[in-house]
Amino acid sequence: MSFGQSIIFNEIQGVSHQMKILVPIKRVIDANIKVRVKSDQSGVELNNVKMAMNPFCEIAVEAALRLREAGEAEEVIVVCAGPANGKETLRTALAMGADRAIHIESEDSPEPLAVAKLLKAVVEREKPGLVILGKQAIDGDNNQTGQMLSALLNWSLGTFISRLSVEDGAFHVTREVDGGLENLKLSGPAVVTVDLRLNEPRYASLPNIMKAKKKPMEELTAAALDVDITPRLTVLKVEAPASRSAGVRVHDAAELVDKLKNEAKVI
Amino acid sequence: MALDEATLGQLRETVRRFVSERLIPLEAQVAEDDVVPESVVEEMRALGLFGLSIPEAYGGLGLSMFDEVQIAFEFGRTSPAFRSVIGTNNGIGSHGIIIDGTETQKNHYLPRLASGEIISAFALTEPQSGSDAASISTTARREGNEYVINGTKRYITNAPEASLFTVFARTAPKTEGVKGISALLVEGDIPGITIGPWDRKMGQRGAHTADVTFTDCRVSADALISGAEGVGFKTAMKVLDRGRIHIGAVCVATAERLIDDSLRYAMERQQFGQPIAAFQLIQAMLADSRAEAYAARCMVEETARRRDSGLPVVTEASCCKLFCAEMVGRVADRAVQIHGGAGYMAEYGIERFYRDVRLFRIYEGTSQIQQLVIARNMMREAGE
Ligand SMILES: Cc1cc2nc3c(=O)[nH]c(=O)nc-3n(C[C@H](O)[C@H](O)[C@H](O)COP(=O)(O)OP(=O)(O)OC[C@H]3O[C@@H](n4cnc5c(N)ncnc54)[C@H](O)[C@@H]3O)c2cc1C
Ligand SMILES: Cc1cc2nc3c(=O)[nH]c(=O)nc-3n(C[C@H](O)[C@H](O)[C@H](O)COP(=O)(O)OP(=O)(O)OC[C@H]3O[C@@H](n4cnc5c(N)ncnc54)[C@H](O)[C@@H]3O)c2cc1C
Repeated sequence: MSFGQSIIFNEIQGVSHQMKILVPIKRVIDANIKVRVKSDQSGVELNNVKMAMNPFCEIAVEAALRLREAGEAEEVIVVCAGPANGKETLRTALAMGADRAIHIESEDSPEPLAVAKLLKAVVEREKPGLVILGKQAIDGDNNQTGQMLSALLNWSLGTFISRLSVEDGAFHVTREVDGGLENLKLSGPAVVTVDLRLNEPRYASLPNIMKAKKKPMEELTAAALDVDITPRLTVLKVEAPASRSAGVRVHDAAELVDKLKNEAKVI
Repeated sequence: MALDEATLGQLRETVRRFVSERLIPLEAQVAEDDVVPESVVEEMRALGLFGLSIPEAYGGLGLSMFDEVQIAFEFGRTSPAFRSVIGTNNGIGSHGIIIDGTETQKNHYLPRLASGEIISAFALTEPQSGSDAASISTTARREGNEYVINGTKRYITNAPEASLFTVFARTAPKTEGVKGISALLVEGDIPGITIGPWDRKMGQRGAHTADVTFTDCRVSADALISGAEGVGFKTAMKVLDRGRIHIGAVCVATAERLIDDSLRYAMERQQFGQPIAAFQLIQAMLADSRAEAYAARCMVEETARRRDSGLPVVTEASCCKLFCAEMVGRVADRAVQIHGGAGYMAEYGIERFYRDVRLFRIYEGTSQIQQLVIARNMMREAGE
């Protein structure tokens, strides 16, 4: 099993109904857009490209809202680190039903470790009982932030979850692992990262979109949180995957063997 | 009040997603079954789609005309039958109350119309009275503290679903002309109302119209919109005026959808060894459709802006209804043509749109009636 660190027992704490839930969300290129690499190969073209909330983050927001609606939590706080337009994405989460938002503004989108450190600082201020993240963001597909955050906090971790409930003061999750499904009981406070099948996120209703404008949005900076977000990674070059040419149909096994031998030279 | 760019953008984006993810996949099924599934209507309620144009004070979104047409540009990108579900509460079914209703009537009905708890209908047309709406013969006779309504209304949208009708009837003899017409709010479940069977229509299956017959149907005198007799015809005309801009926006959206579908098809479909989009005769059809839809979009936006700024738009609104309805007819015809045989076959849905959009030239004032309104206003202005 690839992620064996699923249960880290800290001192057993019950899950309280006054619990806050923190949901970090990321702004990414809309999943329906075909991305293009910048001509100087420094990254992906973001100018005039439609952006949206990372789909896994939407699922995380939905999960938090359902827990609050079921009376298991009191408040849902959404947080986004990155450029100013992240506020728009936070407004979307507020429109879905989150109670308040925190924006940590930076020029570029911070790397996963920097985000995890920022989140740790927010967790220390807000003291949530649960942090729900998407398993990964569809831009870099890094799949790191949740794991790093749980390590920094030394909290229980459940990754790739497709079920989440609160029973007898603990979080019960089902993880989608390579070999099938794994059921775990996590003591709180905990970090979980959600997979596609956990839920189907709601549409923000139109009245709620209009009301979201009036919900609180706090603005923070990495400096105020005393976190160094200087990039540790250097991107050398970004390339589009080589385009694949169409396959050919062979008439019989003999032709296949011939092509494998003489054209592909693999046998 | 107009919304800020970001909020309007989010409203538009949400409606666009709802249309793409939920409604477009159901188009064929809705046409086949002739009903919009209740689960989808419920989702529309949850989204707040029934109260777009109802003021915020009564539980709606209170969108400006400009913002409302932006939403219609998105919501109209699918079968018009879906729009018909929310169409009456956002238009002809609620605007009589919004424009001329008493405070009690507004408080009583608007919140439930905005939430979609009740569906409304607008009952003006009769078997012997269509374009000449002033000739209606349904009567509302005053008896003590009540009105007694008798007569038949025809082709009433959402009549089978409605629990609130805005009914236009004569409270004074026909010799009084339009001054004898009053508007009354009639709830659907009272004795004396009979809803006929669903009409079998050319298109827009899933949206229903029916006859509504009143036989000694008694309503309280409070049911009179505005509390005064004789002003019903004016109310009707004001309601239809506003609706014309909205219908224009829906025509633009449907046209844009058909253009998208046609372009995609033309770029994929190969004949004579190349995509048919490479042929200039096909390009001409695509370009004409695009230019006309763009012109229509601009005039709808401009008219909406004018109306929001308080300028009179009677002529402009009729121009929108006339041009947009005729435009989408031409675009749908070209869409069928570009699709060739496939355009004629039900499987591709293009012929369904072709039939659906035919209605826009007929209801809420036919194209000829729009021409009359425009020309009459032109002559009046010239005479002033
Ligand atoms: C699907 C559907 C839904 C409808 N929903 C509603 C509703 O919810 N509520 C409601 O009250 N009504 C509704 N209507 C009725 C609709 O508004 C009328 O059908 C429309 O006003 C035309 O009236 P008519 O059908 O009697 O046609 P007519 O008025 O008989 O017109 C026939 C033809 O004569 C033309 N014509 C008429 N007078 C003139 C003139 N003076 N000069 C030149 N040409 C003229 C018309 O343009 C048309 O081409 C609906 C109709 C349909 C088809
Ligand atoms: C109800 C019905 C009955 C039919 N019955 C029969 C039958 O009995 N037997 C039979 O064999 N077929 C039959 N057909 C097929 C019919 O003849 C074809 O649909 C028709 O020839 C068009 O071909 P297509 O549908 O492949 O469209 P396409 O050829 O793909 O055309 C799509 C569009 O591209 C345009 N186009 C194509 N090439 C060019 C070009 N070079 N320059 C400019 N524009 C171009 C066309 O005019 C059309 O607008 C029938 C079709 C229908 C709808």
